[in-house]
Amino acid sequence: MALSPTLPGRAAVAGRVVLAAGGGYGIAALSTALLSLTLPMPRAEAVTTATLASFAIMIAIVVVAFAARSLARAALVIGGLAVVLGLALWLVAGAGPIGAAP
Amino acid sequence: MKKGFRQSMAWLHTWSGLVVGWVLFAVFVTGTASYYRAEISRWMQPELRREATVTPDALAQAADLAVAHLQANAAGARMWFVTLPTAERPLVELFWRTRPGTPPGHVLLDPRTGGPAELRATKGGDFFYRFHFELHLPPLWGRWIVGICAMIMLVALVSGVITHRRIFSDFFTLRRDKAAQRGWLDAHNVSGVLALPFHLMITYTGVVTLALMYMPWGVTAAYHGDQQAYFAETGQITQGRPPAGQPGTLAPVGPMVREAMARIPEPLERLTIINPRDANATVVAVFEEPHGLSHEHPQVAFAGTSGTVVEVLSGGLRPAAKTFTTMVGLHEAHFAGPALRVLFFLCGLMGCAMVGSGLVLWCVARLPKAGAPAGLGWRLVHGLNVGAIAGLPAGIAAYLLANRLLPLDLAGRAEREVWVFFGTWIVVAVAGSLPAPRRAWRGATALVAALFVAVVVADLATAQATWDDPAWFLGFDAALLALAAGFAVISHKVDRFAAPRRARAAAGGQAGEPQMGPA
Repeated sequence: MALSPTLPGRAAVAGRVVLAAGGGYGIAALSTALLSLTLPMPRAEAVTTATLASFAIMIAIVVVAFAARSLARAALVIGGLAVVLGLALWLVAGAGPIGAAP
Repeated sequence: MKKGFRQSMAWLHTWSGLVVGWVLFAVFVTGTASYYRAEISRWMQPELRREATVTPDALAQAADLAVAHLQANAAGARMWFVTLPTAERPLVELFWRTRPGTPPGHVLLDPRTGGPAELRATKGGDFFYRFHFELHLPPLWGRWIVGICAMIMLVALVSGVITHRRIFSDFFTLRRDKAAQRGWLDAHNVSGVLALPFHLMITYTGVVTLALMYMPWGVTAAYHGDQQAYFAETGQITQGRPPAGQPGTLAPVGPMVREAMARIPEPLERLTIINPRDANATVVAVFEEPHGLSHEHPQVAFAGTSGTVVEVLSGGLRPAAKTFTTMVGLHEAHFAGPALRVLFFLCGLMGCAMVGSGLVLWCVARLPKAGAPAGLGWRLVHGLNVGAIAGLPAGIAAYLLANRLLPLDLAGRAEREVWVFFGTWIVVAVAGSLPAPRRAWRGATALVAALFVAVVVADLATAQATWDDPAWFLGFDAALLALAAGFAVISHKVDRFAAPRRARAAAGGQAGEPQMGPA
């Protein structure tokens, strides 16, 4: 896809950009919060480890968003991952809002 | 993106690199200059006289003078920051913050008299340092923009690496005699691949320096968003002491300075005084980093009203925290001695070359066919390329030139220097987008060379009498002349270069994406 002059082509590229940015940051944020609460180390260490890793996680998601065969497939993979992470975080942090957990 | 993994990454590399290239170029140039931030500041205040040593007594006395000045002029502030004199920079620098959102107060004092230091007003090397991550915008905006660009740079680096089929042979490939596009591609590959560990390190660690701003969700989840509590628990800062709400009187800080220096062997760098008029005031003595990679300042905290030690922080970080501070330390390179600093500087220049050659490559790969007019997109990219790659160095030279030529007693002198920096940059960017591409490059790079020569001439003409160490100032001027020579060579090459006709036509023919690996 050198230059996609057609409208659907451009929309697909725009969709991937939005998916990479939003999905990448979202997955990174969810995994940071989840790992901060679950890594088996002192609290401060868990937060530091999770935060340091978050940027590598985001880059990996961006690569997935652009490498997937189609936009739908990329959205499925990233959306599915977000749901799994979100559910796990909800279980770990309790039903309350993030940050209300002890 | 139906073409396969490598092609999709080549596409990603080209376009992610292009959209943030100009900002990244500015961040790389000013960041590279920041390795010599202290030297630039010294050159820009030639009146400053260094001293052989600063004794503990002199430090204690300077701290007392600083607090007296702050009591008189910044009584309502929540925080006082006192940078203590060193032999290299025998000045007391004061900052204070009254409330969030208002600009901080700032003054430079002579540590012997307690009066304002007799120096020309300038932002010095600190201007480049702050521009490097704030772009001279409101801090929040600047930091987010630079952070987003840095993340996209990481994407460009990773996709660039994936795109290379034979990364090791690219180390040794520079085909100058082939088509222009090949030469630029190889230049981009060599500057990118040779210093790749540096580029990856500097970009990732750069994001990490502001990690808690970009990615606060771990602290949100585990600390209810209390960053101070998090930093204190990692052992990077002393425990917070909330204000009592009762007025209190700060004890003399001179004895605290002596006490702190008796406990920590490193040189004392600065004092932070929190809630100075509260019964629960805190004085934190912050020391220079011990030898090593880690960005980790030993600290001694005192109860402000009694002067008793409440906490001593010195080493002992756990692994993750140590990793974090080491990444920040690697980015700032405070640990680097003169030789290693030159290496960091050269790697930074390679980064500038990588970004710059990538931007030029985009244009060269899409050169309009002979006789055909250039499209709007091509002209826009070309104009921004000239504006960034030649305009920014021209602005830097003009900033140094203004430092020597503006009247010393001019009101708002430091801000005027910054105006000259941006004014020159804008003029070169606008003027550079008007003429034909080759004339634009030749003229703009020649102008940069001329401006750097002018800086040296102005320095010799106006400041020579004030130099305290002529050899040092001549060395700095020689470095500026080397920069001028570099731009002069580029200008000359642009003038002389003639692409093989056949190769250029071929480059115009395949105006799609540039081919990264050997086809």
